[in-house]
Order: sequence, then structure tokens, then C-alpha cells
Amino acid sequence: MRESKIVSSKFHIQNAFNLHVAKEYGAYKSLEKMDIYAPQQIIQIIKDSMLRGKGGGGAPAGLKWELMPLDDKKPNFLVVNCDESEPGTFKDRQIISKDPHLLIEGIILSCYAIKAKAAYIYIRGEYKAYQNILQSAIDEAYEAGILKECDITIHRGAGAYICGEKSALLESMEGKRGHPRLKPKQKEPEWFFENPTLVNNVETIATVPFIVQNGADAYRSYGTEKSPGTLLFAMSGHIERPGVYEAEFGTNMLEYIEHYGGGVKNGKKLKAVIPGGVSCGVLTAAECEGLTLDYEALRGAGSSLGTGGMIIMDEDTDMVAALKNILEFYHEESCGQCTPCREGSGWSDTIVARILEGKGTEADLEKLFELADIMNGKTICVFAPSISQVIVSFIQKFRDEFEAVLV
Amino acid sequence: MSFKFTQENLNKIEELKKRYPSPKALSLPCLWMAQSQEEFISLDAIDTISEVTTIPPMEIYRVATFYTMFQLEKPKKLQVDVCKTLSCKLCGSDKILKYLESKDVNINHVECLGSCGTAPVMQIKDKNYENLTPQKIDTILEELL
Repeated sequence: MRESKIVSSKFHIQNAFNLHVAKEYGAYKSLEKMDIYAPQQIIQIIKDSMLRGKGGGGAPAGLKWELMPLDDKKPNFLVVNCDESEPGTFKDRQIISKDPHLLIEGIILSCYAIKAKAAYIYIRGEYKAYQNILQSAIDEAYEAGILKECDITIHRGAGAYICGEKSALLESMEGKRGHPRLKPKQKEPEWFFENPTLVNNVETIATVPFIVQNGADAYRSYGTEKSPGTLLFAMSGHIERPGVYEAEFGTNMLEYIEHYGGGVKNGKKLKAVIPGGVSCGVLTAAECEGLTLDYEALRGAGSSLGTGGMIIMDEDTDMVAALKNILEFYHEESCGQCTPCREGSGWSDTIVARILEGKGTEADLEKLFELADIMNGKTICVFAPSISQVIVSFIQKFRDEFEAVLV
Repeated sequence: MSFKFTQENLNKIEELKKRYPSPKALSLPCLWMAQSQEEFISLDAIDTISEVTTIPPMEIYRVATFYTMFQLEKPKKLQVDVCKTLSCKLCGSDKILKYLESKDVNINHVECLGSCGTAPVMQIKDKNYENLTPQKIDTILEELL
């Protein structure tokens, strides 16, 4: 397995969160390129690198950057999404606590490219301890005169999963409830108080220094043709060595689990994997055979790559209980704006709870499919369609386990 | 109004106003400051925040009730947030929850805290305690209670 450390190159260095240590290992080197490249050229390099957003969606970052107007009519803003709340995902916290200067470096380059004078890092409220480390790094960068062309302000969330959705995040930053916005028909930037705004995930921005420093081709030498580069994949659940380990896209999933994770915990057999946070459809062990970790392969397997945070489940896992747990999460976190989601997340949770108690019937399973259909594609954001995907994948693939506990 | 921001927080508010295109953006930062001052967000604090942000008090109240980390009542006991989401559950959070029930604390069952690789986890006063065992809980609570 090829070592591919683009974002995690300083993770193993003690105290790399300190400026002088980070600088010893090459932090802020890429900023010299701002003397050579015009903003448009940096956008072109990011486009050429085919960097894909690392927050879960995988949309090409360069295309998003290109939507930012560079005509100075209104101020442009950069918002870094550090609302990492997808269950099974704990990669961004590694960056902000182990190598925060890498993120700051990426922010400076990104602000230069999109002509933004202010950047905000929206961080989930539960990450206060890591926020403090990041804030110290920002203070250091100000004192050292590194941060002078743009301001970085940390904006603390307060416990709402939906704020990871970029338009809900902006609503939240505007001081409102985190309700996702309707998507425009044409391609346009996001808007923060009606100013053009770019929203990118922490890891996406932390990848920018490598690309600007080494060029688009260097980044594309990793990964596959359509999913170039690397991702901070992670493992949790029934695994010997849980954690975050960067790997290139296209890596064989089971080999990754074996190589970095040391295999399923206590030598048990693998039953299922949720590949990238609980919004991705579950995969059976058989489906994982030969599967590679890239957007196209996961899509082809009827799931999605998501954040790359894999939840590993061993042979003894109760899949009905696992689904109940996920639905409880969705029930709790639905923002309540759209009826199919608000009601559907609650009812599906209630019905699976009934099945888990041994009081469910065959009709309940059919009702769950019906609910999945009602929630799919009929809401403002993709929260409800994710619930659909999860329900359908669990029941279709582990139907015998559900039927075994029916009345 | 009986609620007043401390001078330190008033200075912070002035600094933050310069950083955002609208004072409305200060609603979450102000709610955090109010909560850190009083341990919860009082109706008086909401009125004060309304003045700072130019957002009507009712709207600030709606915002405060939307985000689960804002407390609208003063907590009586030590707040312990225990993650109950999937990775923690697979790693035994049920046992942790059960064990905590024997302690004199207020248990909040919360969703994913981003410690999936070091599960199970609980959070007390912004600090994550990871790879929990009953023994560890005893040591942690002994210090805090």
C-alpha cells in the first residue's frame, strides 16, 4: 500500500501545532507562490488538480471557486466548514488539533485566489478543546505577521448536525436557525449576507497548500483518474486499531481495513461496513470484496463514499438495533423545516423501535419502504434522502434479521 | 434588564462587530458569551443580545431553542454528555450510560461527538473523555464532583 501523506504529513510530529515546529517542517512554504501566480492562476491549478470537496459531497472544488466573482463589486468571503458531525467522522479534528497551521496556510492561499479579505471557520460547538488549539495557532500566525492580507475568525456552532450542510451553515452564521436554503437553478456562489461566498471543508482547504506548492499533476499522481488525490479515511466500531489514516483514492477497502486497522476486532468476521458516515447505505461483507475506496466505485456499489469515515460491524452485530440507532440520530437531528423529513424521520424511528421490541409486523417493513419513498427527493436538502438510502439498504440487505424478530 | 455583558465580553463584541458584515452574525457568539457568564441563557440575556444583534428577542429565543448546546434553564447538577451514536454504541456506550446512572450527575444522551475512533466517549465542560471504562469514570468524577 503506497504511503500517501498529503494532509497528514505532520500528524506524527509532536507539537506541530506550534508555529516554530510547523515551520521547521515546511509550513507556509507554499505562500511564496503568491508572488508568482495571479489569483486566477491558482484557481486554474486547483481546477487542473481535479481536487474534490472532502466534506462528503465530492464536488469538484475548482468549479466552485470559479463561481466567485473577482470584480470587487461586493466583498467575497471564505467559509471553512468544520462542523464535522457525521457519525463515524473525526478527520477534521485531527487537522485542527495536530496541524492547524496547514489549514491557516490553505486559507491564506484560498482567500488570495478568490480575493476574499475575511475567512470564517465554522466549528461545531462540541469541538471547543480543538477550537482552542486552532485559535492559538491563528494568534501565532497574526503575531508572526503571516496573517495580514485576510482575517480569520472562528465561529462556534452550538449542536446542530444540519449546520454541516453549507446553506444551513450560512443561515446559522447569519444568526438564524440552521435551516437549509432552496438551491438555485443556475450555478452561483453561496451567499453570506448577500455577498458571494465560498464554502469548503477543512480538509479540502488543507489540501490546497500541497497542490499550489507541487502542482496539479503531483496531486493527480495519487488516486484514480476520476477521484484523484487522497482522503483522510477513518475507521471506527469493531476494529482493532480505530483511527484516521490518509490513503489515496482507489485503495482496496478490505486491504485498507486490514493494513491500517489490523482487521476486525477480536479476530471476528466482518458483517457489514457503513463506508462514509451514517448517511451512506450499508454494505455487506460480500459487497466489500474487491471494492475500492473512490467516489465511482462506492456509487457503483449502490452506496456513497461520504466522508470516508468507515463504521465496521462484526458478525455479532444486531442490524435491527444498528438501524434503530441511526434513525434515532436522524429523528433527533432533522431540522424540522420540511414535512416529509420531520415526520418521516420520527415515524421510521418509532416503527423500527417497535420491530426491535419484537412487536413489528410484515406491514411495518412495507411501511418503512413507503416512508423511504416519501422522504426521497422531496425535501430542500439531502438529509431525508440519506435516511431513505439507509432504511432501504438495511432492510434489503439484512431482511432475514428483520423478519426474524417480527411477530 | 438585570443581565449585563462583562466588560471583557463587551470588548469582544466590539471586536467581532468589525469582523462581520452585519451585527446579526453575532447572535451565536453572544449566546455563547451569555451562557458562559450565567451557565444558561436567561430571558434578560435574550433581550440584551437582541439589542446587540438588531434581531428581535423572539427570533433570538427561536435560535436559542434550535441549538441543543444552549441551556435555557440553570443546570442543577454536573452536566455529562454521553454519546449514544453508532460507533460508540458498537463499542459499549450502553454500559457506560448504565454505570453513569448510579452517579449524582445530569446525563444528556447526545449524538456523535466526533470521538468515534476513541469510543465510548463523554463530554464534561467542553472536554472529551475517551476510551471510557467504569474505572475511568470513577477517577474523572472524583475530581469533578
